[in-house]
Amino acid sequence: MAELDTSSGGGHKKGPGVKKAKKLSTRIDLTPMVDLGFLLITFFMFTTTLAKPKTMEINMPYKDPLMKDEDKNKIKNSVALTILLSKNHRLYYYEGIGDDPNKPPEYKVTGFKQKDGIRDVIINKKKMVDDLKRQQALTAKDEATILIKPDSTSTYSDLVNILDEMTINGVKVYAIIDISPVELENIAATVAANGGK
Amino acid sequence: MPHAKIPRKSTNIDMTAMCDVAFLLLTFFMLATKFKPEEPVVVKTPSSISSIPLPDKDIMLLTVDAKGRIFFAIDNKLKRKALIEDIDAARQLKLSEAEKKSFALGASVGVPLSQIKQYLSSTPEQQKAMDLVTPGIPVDSVIHVPTNELDSWIESARNTNPMLRICIKADGDASYPNVSKIIKTLEAGKIFKFNLITNLKSIPAGTAAYAEANAPRADGDK
Repeated sequence: MAELDTSSGGGHKKGPGVKKAKKLSTRIDLTPMVDLGFLLITFFMFTTTLAKPKTMEINMPYKDPLMKDEDKNKIKNSVALTILLSKNHRLYYYEGIGDDPNKPPEYKVTGFKQKDGIRDVIINKKKMVDDLKRQQALTAKDEATILIKPDSTSTYSDLVNILDEMTINGVKVYAIIDISPVELENIAATVAANGGK
Repeated sequence: MPHAKIPRKSTNIDMTAMCDVAFLLLTFFMLATKFKPEEPVVVKTPSSISSIPLPDKDIMLLTVDAKGRIFFAIDNKLKRKALIEDIDAARQLKLSEAEKKSFALGASVGVPLSQIKQYLSSTPEQQKAMDLVTPGIPVDSVIHVPTNELDSWIESARNTNPMLRICIKADGDASYPNVSKIIKTLEAGKIFKFNLITNLKSIPAGTAAYAEANAPRADGDK
């Protein structure tokens, strides 16, 4: 190991006047070297990025300014659920796409909560669509569709959370859409009606 | 009663073996280490259940901090060199060779093009100081206008490397309009598929995704 064979090979006798050189031990104390080794290991262990960051893939719908209105698919009111992201991580939602000015949808408020949050709303919507499918009111091709409309006061984490809810609840069809001025007014009205909520 | 004499043993231990182990581990860590890329700003990404790992190469990273400032980076030194030459030619920035090299070796940039010459000729310490006060890369909701510099960066980067995957690493507190401007810019450039960098969180029990993740697989492997 760390010792070398220092005993002379036997034979080879020195002359009478030659002093025998003192043999020093070649044993070296390796403790400092081990210390250094472990110090460096610790350094590398701390600087190493072991966990790679994870990503979430999103596909935005293909948008073409030249696309004609009649080519666009219209979402059925019965499969749609519109979720509006607003400030302080609050969510407003209503059934349908809210395009009928004569029948303004009822806005409800919720949040990203474990219980009675947006997740239950989405699960209920999915159940409803499945029921309608069973009753033949909808064709097998119809899927629960969620329209996500973040307003200017919402944050990026709201967006990620709601997209995550889509994956969590297995919603296959969803889209991020710009919020309309009417909806902003309705949010304000709902806030006023609920006493600041 | 006579005591048996216990032979005194030396307390010296042969450290060679331990030394071997230490350096073996050291070698492993040195080879396996990929240093954390230097980040211009601290970004706290939101969590999602998505577990797709970030690709190793060909990524374009758009960092958005809590104030909505945008920083731009691509990997690969050679590609960065090509990119800065492309931008230099397109925007007539009159960058010197040293400044281009500084870009190729650097990390993210988050300064408007009007300041980039000054930024690239500064020392790393000065660059860090500039990163703290910079307004970020200017962006607009329409493309092909001089005010949307992010679009120029993305376009040039895609010219130099068409394989680029676009990753957005935004702070959870960044406001939606800031992120939306980036998405609009990407959409206008006909990029509809991109990745958002998130932290991993566990799938909540009792949901559709949970059932899917824990469903027994038909092929038997886990």
